Amino acid sequence: MGLLSDPVRRRALARLVLRLNAPLCVLSYVAGIAWFLALAFPPLTQRTYMSENAMGSTMVEEQFAGGERARSFARDFAAHRRKSGALPVAWLERTMRSVGLEVYTQRFSRKLPFPDETHERYMVSGTNVYGILRAPRAASTESLVLTVPCGPESTNNQAVGLMLALAAHFRGQIYWAKDIIFLVTEHDLLGSEAWLEAYHDVNVTGVQSAPLQGRAGAIQAAVALELSSDVVTSLDVAVEGLNGQLPNLDLLNLFQTFCQKGGLLCTLQGKLQPQDRMPAGGPLRAAQTLLLMLLRQASGRPHGAHGLFLRYRAEALTLRGINSFRQYKYDLVAVGKALEGMFRKLNHLLERLHQSFFFYLLPALSRFVSIGLYMPAAGFLLLVLGLKALELWMQLHEAGVGPEEAGGTSGSSPARPATQRVGLASLVAPLLISQAVGLALYVLPVLGQHVATQHFPVAEAEAVVLTLLAVYAAGLALPHSTHWVLSTEAPDRSWMALKLVALIYLALQLACITLTNFSLGFLLAATMVPGAALSKPSGPRPLCAALLVLTSPAATLLGGLFLWQQLQEAPLSLAEGWRLFLVALAQGMLEHHTYGALLFPLLALGLYPCWLLFWNVLFWK
Amino acid sequence: MAAPLALVLVVAVTVRAALFRSSLAEFISERVEVVSPLSSWKRVVEGLSLLDLGVSPYSGAVFHETPLIIYLFHFLIDYAELVFMITDALTAIALYFAIQDFNKVVFKKQKLLLELDQYAPDVAELIRTPMEMRYIPLKVALFYLLNPYTVLSCVAKSTCAINNTLIAFFILTTIKGSAFLSAIFLALATYQSLYPLTLFVPGLLYLLQFLGFHPCSLWLHINVFFYTIPLAIKLKEHPIFFMFIQIAIISIFKSYPTVGDVALYMAFFPVWNHLYRFLRNIFVLTCIIIVCSLLFPVLWHLWIYAGSANSNFFYAITLTFNVGQILLISDYFYAFLRREYYLTHGLYLTTKDGTEAMLVLK
Repeated sequence: MGLLSDPVRRRALARLVLRLNAPLCVLSYVAGIAWFLALAFPPLTQRTYMSENAMGSTMVEEQFAGGERARSFARDFAAHRRKSGALPVAWLERTMRSVGLEVYTQRFSRKLPFPDETHERYMVSGTNVYGILRAPRAASTESLVLTVPCGPESTNNQAVGLMLALAAHFRGQIYWAKDIIFLVTEHDLLGSEAWLEAYHDVNVTGVQSAPLQGRAGAIQAAVALELSSDVVTSLDVAVEGLNGQLPNLDLLNLFQTFCQKGGLLCTLQGKLQPQDRMPAGGPLRAAQTLLLMLLRQASGRPHGAHGLFLRYRAEALTLRGINSFRQYKYDLVAVGKALEGMFRKLNHLLERLHQSFFFYLLPALSRFVSIGLYMPAAGFLLLVLGLKALELWMQLHEAGVGPEEAGGTSGSSPARPATQRVGLASLVAPLLISQAVGLALYVLPVLGQHVATQHFPVAEAEAVVLTLLAVYAAGLALPHSTHWVLSTEAPDRSWMALKLVALIYLALQLACITLTNFSLGFLLAATMVPGAALSKPSGPRPLCAALLVLTSPAATLLGGLFLWQQLQEAPLSLAEGWRLFLVALAQGMLEHHTYGALLFPLLALGLYPCWLLFWNVLFWK
Repeated sequence: MAAPLALVLVVAVTVRAALFRSSLAEFISERVEVVSPLSSWKRVVEGLSLLDLGVSPYSGAVFHETPLIIYLFHFLIDYAELVFMITDALTAIALYFAIQDFNKVVFKKQKLLLELDQYAPDVAELIRTPMEMRYIPLKVALFYLLNPYTVLSCVAKSTCAINNTLIAFFILTTIKGSAFLSAIFLALATYQSLYPLTLFVPGLLYLLQFLGFHPCSLWLHINVFFYTIPLAIKLKEHPIFFMFIQIAIISIFKSYPTVGDVALYMAFFPVWNHLYRFLRNIFVLTCIIIVCSLLFPVLWHLWIYAGSANSNFFYAITLTFNVGQILLISDYFYAFLRREYYLTHGLYLTTKDGTEAMLVLK
């Protein structure tokens, strides 16, 4: 207990914390950012390797040769789809049955909270079609899923064709130990979510779906396929799922193994991977890929149907076929062989994938950073908040010596209880008001859309987004209203108490977020920590106010969008960026209601009120 | 003082009633931080249905409550929510009156020691006044009733609340001086979970104070019982503080601790308000306890639902929470001893050559 109870050492430590506080904070922040950027480079990255023994050394000889069949299925599907305008359910049922699967359909419907302008839908109803290939010699206890999400604008015709051809090929094999479900969903991810909820007999998002007639056992792994052309130049893999959840790294390793075997070109985040012999565009590309993964994971959106499977502990990936202007093209047979190889290896699994990492960052397809190496970056950022809080606490208690050292503190002790009592009362009002504004931000836009459309000439979706922005901006007027509520006798130092509480509140939230979704936690920490640490009533107020506004959650979202587009090498102009921002706000709210994405509630109910507290501290009179 | 207490009771009952009616009640009653296999309501219901079928409730290896509890709820099963709200209210009322009487005793003792010149001359600011002690019983009741831990335990219908009531009544009857009633309540509390047996020592020391006689007792065994001897030796003149420390040790070291146990000793913090200035690490410790309380559900989610973490993460947080509690209790203990030392030796300590001295705990 030396450090905690020895007064000499305590005094020395306290003096150190107080005197070196600013340099320590700056150092810690810079260390955090630098550590993160260093994650793209060799000492901190490792090569990926297959951890699951059952998927390791078995050799597989792919025999898929149904390229022509796949293309003809695709053409038929496209034709029937054009004719009926929606998913050709009857044709799919017939074809799946002819291939030899047990076919079932599922109807679902839901009403979105407000019309979705990007996908142009409001009342959504559709049908999912799925066929089950029963394993000939097993008890239907486990299953694998190959899913193709179809939507009105995502023409996944070739994916459907390939899926049917693969089903025909798989049907003729005798080595399957798990059932395979071939799933075609309507309305993209809405259909996938409806199917998954019905399959697992839960109802978390309020979609009305008919119960499933046929089931196939616990889903061990799933692959979502998106192909829109007969030939592809590369396959892009997406791993980030809903709320930043990631599949087990072994699944990615499996995909990469088969791409290498088949000579397929794979991309991650749309970027070509460096070959080991030629590290082209090396470190910069790795950093770009890492930042892209950070932004994608932080957004918490399911970037493909796989993102919804992860919640039910089924490891899943999305494979997208890209057809660019490269010369060398692969046909459907190559893609089919890769999928066949993956499914055959997944067939060998004895348990769920659990050996490899669940928390990782990918600077390249064959390189990863494990949680033990990337967490210190977030730790350094949160340390800044801890140091600032400690400094404020010591200042509030007559810095340096603790209150139990009798000598110099006796004079101020009658004043301290008074300070503390008033401090507590003046803390409650800003806390309650900030939280109330956060609650309004969460509840008002969707609730008040009809009222807004009656009074203003806007559509519902626009009304929702504009209400959101209005409430957000109204929060900036808060410091003035808080002062009406409080008495004017708030002592000079109670802003310190408020800032202390706000710092601890922010640190707690960021810690909890970082544990579940590292990218979101790190991004918010990197942007909000400087503003939080620097806010105080004295000093250059306009400058601090500008810094605080530029680092508020909404501004982070806007900045993130611009950075995202820049990294994708498709930079945006200001007007386009603003339009994309409004679309992102609407999509964020919709995804919260349709899939249970947590970014919107976290920002509205947690981080925005916390940010408002710092705004209050800045404008303290 | 009855009106503020009644107001606090009304607010507490409203909060609990609101939560009972909401959808959170189901969710809370399954949280592992709030109910343990020894105190879960689901198991009580299981035992009751087995009893109704004429089978021994203990035959399923699920039910671990005492027969008195099962007979109590056999008649009160329809009013279960009301029973738990009443137990919380009774605990608060018992603590209120107990601390009211305790404050009178403390003040009387302080006056006696002042008249006997037992205190050093310059300790004026350490002497407690009736003015500052006036609101303490109300604060204790408030602390207990509105503590989130207590509210969660009540909404989850954890039988820990009943144990807390029995211990609170034991404290009330001890302070009132009634040995017989105090023994009954201690027996009932020990009957439900073995640990309150250690409260026998402070109860005995307090009651024997009025007889002017201090025996010692020998206790061996587990961690819970192990600290009783040294604490009895050190704190033999302050049995109520000893009781507080002992309750805290019980709730830290018992197997299957839950937040309801933590809530009971946290209710006593306003009684030791005057020690605040001597607490050294209150900031760090409060932060540790709040952070751990928030990280419990996060890591549970990662372990059970996301399947990405494992039990080590959750148990690490449990360990940190317990370390935080232990440091908090030893901080209070140390602060108490410091104040006693200052009272008898003076607040402004000087060494032999006149420079300012510092107290160091070795």
